[in-house]
Amino acid sequence: MANQNHDGGAYLIRGARPLGGEPADILLRGGTVAAIGAGAAQAADGAAEVDAAGLIALPGLVDLHTHLREPGREDAETVAGGCRSAAAGGYTAVHAMANTDPVADTAGVVEQVWRLGRDSGLCDVRPVGAVTRGLAGERLAELGAMADSVAGVRVFSDDGMCVSDALLMRRALEYVKAFDGVVAQHAQEPRLTEGAQMNEGEVSDRLGLGGWPAVAEEAIIARDCLLAQHVGSRLHICHVSTKGSVEIIRWAKERGCDVTAEAAPHHLLLTDGLVEDYDPIYKVNPPLRTAEDVRALRQGLADGVIDCVATDHAPHPIEAKETEWSTAAMGMLGLETALSVVHHTMVDTGLLDWSGVAERMSAAPARIGRASGHGRPLAEGEPANLALYDPAAERVVDPAALESKSTNTPYRGMTLPGRVVGTFLRGVPTVLDGKIQ
Amino acid sequence: MLEGPEIQRALTRIAHEVLERTKGAEDVTLLGIPSRGAPLAHRLAERIERVESRTVPCGALDITMYRDDLHLAPARALGRTEIPPEGIDGRVVVLVDDVLFSGRTVRAALDALNDLGRPRAVQLAVLVDRGHRELPVRADYVGKNLPTSLRESVTVLLEETDGLDAVLIGPRRERGGGRTDETRAAGGEEN
Amino acid sequence: MRHLLSAGDLTRDEAVLVLDTARELAQVGDRSVKKLPTLRGRTVVNLFYEDSTRTRTSFELAAKRLSADVINFSAKGSSVSKGESLKDTALTLQAMGADGVVIRHSASGAARRLSNWVDGSVLNAGDGTHEHPTQALLDAYTMRERMGRLDGLRVAVVGDVRHSRVARSNVLLLNTLGAQVTLVAPPTLVPVTAGSWPCEVAYDLDAVLPKTDVVMMLRVQAERMKDAYFPTAREYSRRYGLDKERFALLGDDAIVMHPGPMVRGMEISAEVADSPRATVTEQVANGVSVRMAVLYLLLGGSEPAIGN
Repeated sequence: MANQNHDGGAYLIRGARPLGGEPADILLRGGTVAAIGAGAAQAADGAAEVDAAGLIALPGLVDLHTHLREPGREDAETVAGGCRSAAAGGYTAVHAMANTDPVADTAGVVEQVWRLGRDSGLCDVRPVGAVTRGLAGERLAELGAMADSVAGVRVFSDDGMCVSDALLMRRALEYVKAFDGVVAQHAQEPRLTEGAQMNEGEVSDRLGLGGWPAVAEEAIIARDCLLAQHVGSRLHICHVSTKGSVEIIRWAKERGCDVTAEAAPHHLLLTDGLVEDYDPIYKVNPPLRTAEDVRALRQGLADGVIDCVATDHAPHPIEAKETEWSTAAMGMLGLETALSVVHHTMVDTGLLDWSGVAERMSAAPARIGRASGHGRPLAEGEPANLALYDPAAERVVDPAALESKSTNTPYRGMTLPGRVVGTFLRGVPTVLDGKIQ
Repeated sequence: MLEGPEIQRALTRIAHEVLERTKGAEDVTLLGIPSRGAPLAHRLAERIERVESRTVPCGALDITMYRDDLHLAPARALGRTEIPPEGIDGRVVVLVDDVLFSGRTVRAALDALNDLGRPRAVQLAVLVDRGHRELPVRADYVGKNLPTSLRESVTVLLEETDGLDAVLIGPRRERGGGRTDETRAAGGEEN
Repeated sequence: MRHLLSAGDLTRDEAVLVLDTARELAQVGDRSVKKLPTLRGRTVVNLFYEDSTRTRTSFELAAKRLSADVINFSAKGSSVSKGESLKDTALTLQAMGADGVVIRHSASGAARRLSNWVDGSVLNAGDGTHEHPTQALLDAYTMRERMGRLDGLRVAVVGDVRHSRVARSNVLLLNTLGAQVTLVAPPTLVPVTAGSWPCEVAYDLDAVLPKTDVVMMLRVQAERMKDAYFPTAREYSRRYGLDKERFALLGDDAIVMHPGPMVRGMEISAEVADSPRATVTEQVANGVSVRMAVLYLLLGGSEPAIGN
């Protein structure tokens, strides 16, 4: 099986369309793109050929926001299983969130996760470190130790919990400057969301489910943008879900704040109307919002106000979802459907072209996460991380057919465009013909 | 099969028979089975009162909740039950219905009466007896015997509920197929 | 199979059918044999995850008057309290052959979830802060009996609308039946989007009462105070409690309703609660008739005649 330093096999990818452009051959050898275009076939010299006619070649996707559940909830997902999902979705690197059990708040835990990822060989796993010990929001975790560990943590987040204490957030933003880190904030004012079950609006009021007001997200984003600018730090906003958030981030960027933001695929497609039947498959944090929010997110992503798409891939076992709404777990699968959802919501609508998709799903997240070797252009000498995508394919999403250990996809039964046919990690195929290698 | 004047004559005859058999109808309470038994009971009461110049307690007894075929059709709307203030204990209750067919309606009515009190006697008056009994039931007073085929249906129309008096015979309607049962259909069908 | 999950599931005709049926069935309570054979051989399960003796007893009595076999499955002393999931409980009831399941649950939507897992009819007897359709039906029944009509009736629903399943079901049902509903509460206890509901919203009870035929007082739980929905019980009572002086603002024919249990003193004064124009005990009696009607219409035939 593929090994991350494997440089034996060479591959000639024939007739793929880099970033959706004119067909070209791409030669992968020694973990890098050896040649691209006219000269590639002549230089192939015994390389295995991959027929990629009609397929779009994209740089390997990078996810800034993945829950791999290991250690602690191996019943929902493991690092190895999550890496299969990632590869199947065209990803070559994922950032594993810190809300595991134990929490990834020490060098020991992040190194364990990093090693499990390396052992899978399917995808680079970049652990995210917790901002505060135990995600408790009280004292800073040993951010420097995690940064200096072999995992080389650069993204810190209490995701799932908001760093709501303004002073603690200020300190974290300042502290991570020492090692070029970034704090990824889960923006959720805790008092405003006590008992919150879904987006606060017409649907929640009718269904009698506790409302999750947009302002609970927006107020934290506004505060943190101001804080980040004040202390001159990098700030990243996780899973932006409201129109107001997009407007605030746009404003913050205009006034020079070093803020970046991500949107989750489900927030680009699904709305709170789906909650009508109380099926917790649609329960997620932040909650599904309104059609107006969806429109604003798509526009923000097109404009670059939202820098990237991040899946917030959150596997849960069946029993956590086959229950009444209020006790169900929050979160949905995302890795294996993200590219299709972006294709459907951004490309088919004319909001992004394929080079835009490469920027939002590979280059930008790699930049934000400092994932060196990822998110690079498809060019000679660059690391051979890429995804081959068939834009003409169609599939009806079947939870059982997903690689993830869990099945909580909100797209069950939906027809989505496109299919990841191949994924290469440093020149080694992790997926070929749509199958994990 | 029967027109207005014949129906009137039949009811008048039944009224006299009731008077005769109950020796002046002193303890009689008339209970019509909705929907069309109820107006028939009232007509009988009027006729008896005309002859005897005395009021006869008259009411309605809905038997829907006692039917044995509830599970064969969607739950249906209830008819009115109105028991005269005298109650039925010790009374001679004359049940009144439009058509006597299988006898199942009468069986249900007897069950219903049982839950309401203890009449001294129960008698049955029907406008039409079309035969084909499925239970050991017979009428004490019959307006007209109408031998029919099982492939036919008998429909009674009354001024009070339908705007005219008539008894019609037509091809049989399917039972239990959706909501077009006798409570919805135009005209009362036999039970 | 069809269910009664929301008052909004009922069309006007269906709602009227329930009320008319209840009216006929009300007579059963006055007879010597207070029982009908209609649901003989059918099994009704009362699945109560919240303590509610009055609602459970009302359903139990209704089912028994229709001769159904009734099983009470309460959260205490059953596998429910040992952490069995709602789905597993549902499968158990399914295996027992429950024809109808009456569910009371603290989670909004629990009744709808249950309806996915059982073949029998599900009757929502209150799910979290969502709905309580049979309460709305018995309220509408009580109003119709007292006032003779529902169409055009002006109904004020006063109190903790935000957390009230009774309010939600009443707004939907009364609107279906042609009544005009005004919600009256401090703004903190009104849902943010209640303006889009088929009713009016007001904050000044004194201004609403003279134009009201029916006042429905909702229960206000003391813990709302801790969450700062209003400053003190005294201030709430002063602004939204129905005392003798406010009662005098009502027209002479107007009635006062309360779904119970009442907090005397805070939301309603003792004089008002005991007034002949208060319908609290009637509501309890009517509850049995209405629930008999719903059970009959859902379980009595080959397929339910109401609900979805």
